[in-house]
Amino acid sequence: MKASVHMRQHKLALCRDHYLEWIPEQTERFIKKYEMFRREERVLVAVSGGKDSLSLWDILHRLGYQADGLYIGLGIDGGVGYSDESHRLSEKFASENGLRLHVVDVAKEYGQPIPILAEMSHRGQGRPCAVCGLAKRHIMNRIARDLGYDVLATGHNLDDEAAVLFGNTLQWSGNFLRRQSPALRESPGLARKVKPLCRFYEREMAAYALLRGIEYIYEECPFAEGATSIYYKELLNRLETDKPGSKLIFYLRFLEARETGLFAPAPEEAANLHPCPNCGQPTSTDDLCSFCRMIEKLKTV
Amino acid sequence: MTVKLILRDKEFEVRPGMTLLSSLEKINIIPEAVLATRDGEMILEDEILKDGQVVKLISVISGG
Repeated sequence: MKASVHMRQHKLALCRDHYLEWIPEQTERFIKKYEMFRREERVLVAVSGGKDSLSLWDILHRLGYQADGLYIGLGIDGGVGYSDESHRLSEKFASENGLRLHVVDVAKEYGQPIPILAEMSHRGQGRPCAVCGLAKRHIMNRIARDLGYDVLATGHNLDDEAAVLFGNTLQWSGNFLRRQSPALRESPGLARKVKPLCRFYEREMAAYALLRGIEYIYEECPFAEGATSIYYKELLNRLETDKPGSKLIFYLRFLEARETGLFAPAPEEAANLHPCPNCGQPTSTDDLCSFCRMIEKLKTV
Repeated sequence: MTVKLILRDKEFEVRPGMTLLSSLEKINIIPEAVLATRDGEMILEDEILKDGQVVKLISVISGG
């Protein structure tokens, strides 16, 4: 059978059928290698309606894991009904595969959709991305803990990880570099977080969704245009085109270097965290966590 | 004598006889950032594009 996907970094070309077997096999390998979760544990998959998260859900389901979905309605329209469409596609995937999807609507729970929350809180220099990230992290963690899931899984791929790593390396952000990992253990108030797709290129995940016939939201988030992370991805992809394997090596060598002690631990960090008096999630501030502080502040506006 | 490549709402034309990889470089699209399909089937970068063919490019980059 004719090859459909050529992965130059692995010197491997596979036909459709073998590719659709290879991706779940490799995912299983990474789940075990990074000790993400065991078969008897309950997994909550953060689902956005995009290619990565829906593919992750598909793969975990095929591998026989107990994986439910969590969709967070951000209330982003952008003239294209972005959130409505991503919600529809997430629901469609869940019902077609007989899977359970939890839905949290930000506007219903917190009074306003993400773009308005961002505007009102004056965070993020005109872009709602910082507030969006803060809200998603808070809600994902809350739902995973409240509903008793053992682990929270996100669809971050290698390009996502390499772009974050690149940005943090440019700024030598030690605290972020120290924490970037395929699997973050649970700690008081924080659910375990894992990224089972972290070793697949973004292109490979798009190929998986396409070959598997997963209908995902193709339109980009209207606020993502001009985002720094996309610029970093482009830079890394130029490098990858000239030197196949560069992205993979950049990320894997980082993980190895950290494991072998490149970064000194920060023991004072854990000691300074305490539970937010409102939501119970850990925070380094003396009072409410950043998310609760933002919501409280909006009540007074 | 042209090959048409389509990415979102943009159309590009290149001369036939080049590989997909060379065609993408010609129109300044990073090969790593797209998947290419022809008649609904994915094609590889070493495929030589022929006169009259239409290649649909799918952007794979997302994030913010």
